[in-house]
Amino acid sequence: MQATRDFSHYVKHLGSGLAHIDLAVEGVSCAGCISKIERGLSAIPDVTLARVNLTDRRVALEWKEGALDPARFIDRLAELGYKAYPFEAVTAEAVEAENSRFLLRCLGVAAFATMNVMMLSIPVWSGNVSDMLPEQRDFFHWISALIALPAAAYAGQPFFRSAFNALRTGNVNMDVPISIGVILALATSIVETIGHAEHAYFDAPIMLLTFLLVGRYLDQNMRRRTRAVAGNLAALKAETATKFVGPDEISVVPAAAVMAGDIVLLRPGERSAIDGIVIEGRSEIDQSLITGETLHASVEPGSEVYAGSLNVSGSLRIRVSAASEGTLLAEIQRLLDHAVQVRSRYVQLADRASRLYAPVVHATAFLTMTGWLIAGASFHDSIITAITVLIITCPCALGLAIPTVQTVASGAMFRAGVLLNSGDAIERVVAVDRIIFDKTGTLTLPEFDVVNSAAVPADVVELAGRLALASHHPVAAALARAAGAKSPLPGITEQPGQGVRGILKGEEVRLGSPTFCKADGLANEILSRDPEASVVAFARGEKRYVFAVCQSMRPDARAVIAALQKRGVAVEIISGDREPAVRAAAEMLQIPEWRAGVTPADKIARIEELKRQGFKVMMVGDGLNDAPSLAAAHVSMSPISAAHLSQATADLVFLGNRLAPVIASLDHSRKALHLMRQNLYLALGYNFLAVPIAILGFVTPPIAAAAMSGSSILVMLNALRGRHVPQETL
Amino acid sequence: MEVIVFLVPLALLLGLFGLLGFLWSLKNGQYDDLDGAAWRAISDDDGTPARPVELRSESRP
Repeated sequence: MQATRDFSHYVKHLGSGLAHIDLAVEGVSCAGCISKIERGLSAIPDVTLARVNLTDRRVALEWKEGALDPARFIDRLAELGYKAYPFEAVTAEAVEAENSRFLLRCLGVAAFATMNVMMLSIPVWSGNVSDMLPEQRDFFHWISALIALPAAAYAGQPFFRSAFNALRTGNVNMDVPISIGVILALATSIVETIGHAEHAYFDAPIMLLTFLLVGRYLDQNMRRRTRAVAGNLAALKAETATKFVGPDEISVVPAAAVMAGDIVLLRPGERSAIDGIVIEGRSEIDQSLITGETLHASVEPGSEVYAGSLNVSGSLRIRVSAASEGTLLAEIQRLLDHAVQVRSRYVQLADRASRLYAPVVHATAFLTMTGWLIAGASFHDSIITAITVLIITCPCALGLAIPTVQTVASGAMFRAGVLLNSGDAIERVVAVDRIIFDKTGTLTLPEFDVVNSAAVPADVVELAGRLALASHHPVAAALARAAGAKSPLPGITEQPGQGVRGILKGEEVRLGSPTFCKADGLANEILSRDPEASVVAFARGEKRYVFAVCQSMRPDARAVIAALQKRGVAVEIISGDREPAVRAAAEMLQIPEWRAGVTPADKIARIEELKRQGFKVMMVGDGLNDAPSLAAAHVSMSPISAAHLSQATADLVFLGNRLAPVIASLDHSRKALHLMRQNLYLALGYNFLAVPIAILGFVTPPIAAAAMSGSSILVMLNALRGRHVPQETL
Repeated sequence: MEVIVFLVPLALLLGLFGLLGFLWSLKNGQYDDLDGAAWRAISDDDGTPARPVELRSESRP
């Protein structure tokens, strides 16, 4: 049965006879790649658009509807040396992108208005000390109003909306004092202009909005970028399923296009992308991504298979079931929902600051007004002074203090291999004093690896690797990878469940189970030393070799654990795997605390117990069984190879084979929080200086403008220091 | 000084053109790929081929 590839699920029909597809492409990094890909794809007849987006590592393609099969683009890119996968933007990413554009539009409007109002304000300021006519001043003020009012109404939307939503639910956030300050300043300015006054504050609120929008845009852009990378990685995992479209006809379709009730084929070596029930075939499956258990489970018709299971030996036909039917998944989902609710009670640093800030500012303004009234000033002058207090304290620098640091820190963490899923993760990582690691796939590598290749002659390893290419068995695949084998041997036949064999230069070669290769003695010797390993035997003529294959530790696991312990962070292992396997890992990594055979509910119970003892727990895990505990922990982290649900739940996702990003996230977060605090103090310090001047009534519009931009630039420059965090080499 | 009566609106009009230009470039997707734009500027050829038909012959160097 030859499968056809069906990508029609990803194709968008634009109307006017054009079709569109987005591809995520691996390895695009420079100008050369851009022109190579664009020229290579444009050369295909009927392609009307081929455009590379280097920021998101994607290619957008348009062609005449019906003229081409999308699979051809993927083949063409493969010829050019790039691995490409069809890409479907998730709704969350589209929303982020739209928000990002809206904020940029607001920023453009606000910046335009600031520049033009300043162009009018500076003549007024200098005219006030020289010889400007009152009519000219009024003219300038009215034009300023004409620009500032519509611009503030448009560019202030993000703040007004968020303030309104907060007030409606009885909360106060940073946007409440911002909105009140902006509206009051503009209203006063209009009243003053009508009264032919010397000062009007049209420039201050619009400049405030510009600076704050810079902070908002940076924050939004950071999140958009993270989503794009995460989306690409999901696409590059190429979640496809082999679906039966007729009794004997199969087609490879994206997992998203498989419906409940469809029947799919799961061949040996493939990872299931769907949940379902086996209707035909027998096999062993590796469920380590779901339960953490490394021992293979046998399945037969009637058994349930979950997405993420790796099929080891025989072909299976599976009827797809809806995701939530499985008892295990339903249980995990229930625990997860509960844990997520609990966590949302965390209050971000910025919100905590604004809860203190808003009442203090508004009380100060009110006291200023009553103070001046008691001192005998006119009602008009008292109100104006109170409003200048509000303008000068408007949290311009406060609004920038945290997003600028977050943006810089997330960029630095990205370079260290850590993606931020949630913006406030940085704050939460800092408090961590205990890290719980899952074992399978987190401390160990997700893939199998040959551990004794040094004990076998190099030419044998190479030959065995080439032979292994003929088999789909995961252990054989590990051997092929370890040997770097590229060209399969000709004339190899597979004996299902046993191994592969063929003839090479008149000698029989075999690769497979020890019994199949008559190498039981050697295999038992290896298994007695390392009971956790899987073995694969190789026979050539009379010679016998046995390879031990297991999930080895991440290369720097030992060093990272030691570095964490040195930083005063306690480490423990909680795994769903069997006791001997967990014990061996704990001993090797010198982790005194470990638990084996733990269910998802017990994992949460352990985290709750630690929470009650006052620990701030970070959970690092990849399995589906870890998802609820990832949500329950104070902060959580997943490797990029993790199950979908876990990755979506985790606050941070790390890339690559090394565990070092865990340390990097800790160090970068510590530095970032330090800078955030420093920025808040800088902003507060500025208020301490400026507020008395405002209360005394000495703040004129030029002073307000200078103070606002000065403090904002100071805070931004300070945030840039978060780019460099000394990293120890592990 | 009556000249400011039309000089100021003229200045504002110029500013408005700038704003419209920015909004147009935003809508046109010019901020979607800032990294790529940086590289395209220094690449040897003229960036994206406008008409694929002409390039069929040079696609394989």
